[in-house]
Amino acid sequence: MTALPSQPSATKLGLVIDLDICVGCHACVVNCKEWNTGGHGAALSDQDPYGEHVSGAWLNRIHTFEIVPDGGELVGEAGEARIVHFPKSCLHCEEAPCVTVCPTGASYKRAEDGIVLVEEDKCIGCGLCAWACPYGAREMDLAAGVMKKCTLCIDRIYNQSFEEEDRVPACVRTCPANARHFGDLGDPGSQVSKMVAARGGIDLMPEQGTAPVNKYLPPRPRTTLAAHAPAGPAAGEDTGGATGFLAWIDTMLEKI
Amino acid sequence: MHPALSIIVFTTSSGLGYGLAFFLGFGVLDPAAPATKAAYVVALGLISAGLLASTLHLGNPQRAWRALSQWRSSWLSREGVLAIATFVPLCLSAWATLFESRHSWPAGLAGSLGCAATVYCTAMIYASLRTVEAWHSPLTPAAFLAFAAAGGAVLATFFAALGAGDTGPLAALALGLLVVAWATKLVWRRRLGALTSASTPETATGLGALGRVRLLERPHGTENYLTREMGFRIARKHARKLVAIAFGLGGGVPIVLLAASALFAAEGGLGWPVFTFLALLAYAGGLLVERWLFFAEARHSVMNYYGG
Repeated sequence: MTALPSQPSATKLGLVIDLDICVGCHACVVNCKEWNTGGHGAALSDQDPYGEHVSGAWLNRIHTFEIVPDGGELVGEAGEARIVHFPKSCLHCEEAPCVTVCPTGASYKRAEDGIVLVEEDKCIGCGLCAWACPYGAREMDLAAGVMKKCTLCIDRIYNQSFEEEDRVPACVRTCPANARHFGDLGDPGSQVSKMVAARGGIDLMPEQGTAPVNKYLPPRPRTTLAAHAPAGPAAGEDTGGATGFLAWIDTMLEKI
Repeated sequence: MHPALSIIVFTTSSGLGYGLAFFLGFGVLDPAAPATKAAYVVALGLISAGLLASTLHLGNPQRAWRALSQWRSSWLSREGVLAIATFVPLCLSAWATLFESRHSWPAGLAGSLGCAATVYCTAMIYASLRTVEAWHSPLTPAAFLAFAAAGGAVLATFFAALGAGDTGPLAALALGLLVVAWATKLVWRRRLGALTSASTPETATGLGALGRVRLLERPHGTENYLTREMGFRIARKHARKLVAIAFGLGGGVPIVLLAASALFAAEGGLGWPVFTFLALLAYAGGLLVERWLFFAEARHSVMNYYGG
């Protein structure tokens, strides 16, 4: 059914992504593709994979942005230049517009944990859900003709045959910088909810009214190098305590 | 947005067909005339061709029947349901005219209602998307309905000129609807021109508090499904010229041709059919350009992540 759950789910599984930590290594992108091409549903196909115009379906992509503070035209001209690596996958929105536009019932949001999924056997590949998503979280698999999206690794997180630490999405498990966190954002006491509260987690495009579950932690305010530098060039070289021969050398060298 | 040929053909062709069927439902043409029978065949043909074209862009068209199931939430599903339901009164009405040479008012009016509702649903598929601000307005269904009505009236005038009825009143109706349709489109374009996007790279990344946000690197060096589907730019580059072509060919030319026939052509002569047919061709051509622009010019919010 493409209606959203009548009541918002109590459990809201999702990701918290720390933009202060992400180094833009794309390991999560690669592991996402690797896990999901052999997991839930049809393989994630590539077109012209060894050619010049290679492209394919990816469920997680990293964009890189530069930020120009007020007063500058170019990065670094004024204020602090910032480069922010920005991982982006499905935000598992509470008001998911991709679900309600689906004509076939293939798209749905689970009432028990809020995960947004596509039942590929019902998908006709019309592409309307990708148009309805403001974030570009859905990509058509051109080989299978069905819509692909992040499943929050539903085939990992509930998998009892996995070790406890492996029961997280592939992107979270693989992140070498620990920039990605998985948990229940519906529970205010969960680790991810505490991080969001402490760091002022943000919603992407709140004006679209999608109420995303995934949150992004903004980069921490920078402390400048100048703030850590000592007061003067020779401030650490106080020779006031020198006596005798060393004091004489100090005085002589000052005079040269 | 990527202007898929199948969708442009679908909305244009089915719009013209539903427009003609709408007026046929009101019995504006003589049901005994052969030209009226031809008009029914053309209307049903245009609608069917449009609906078939719409399935061409599907990844799995063999499952298209599933699209009839989610009418409670999806405008696309509602359109599918109404399109099929409307065929029932339209076919009954066509039967009455084709084989019994009479106009069936119950079937005709039910068909007209279905035609209007189906075109409205088609437009709402686009108007309901918040991600494409150019479309997200009640002016979008207004323009779709007005274009379908104007096209239907021009078609009806053409069949009247072929001997199915009185051309004068229908030509006047077509002229009026052409003015209304292109005026609606003008208002639609004014709104588009004045639009300031609510979604920006700053809101898309949530980093606006730090400064102005600019894309440094895309996720991949090559194009992907999203940039191909939603990052179309050619139309925005040539928008002014294309708008002039659409308004001139689809509005100016048919208005002049219809007015010329009303003023100079003799009733029952060759002038009326030739002029109205040329008006029809010009209108269809202008509408294809307009519909192409409707898609190609529209900006999708995802492009905030792709620097477009």
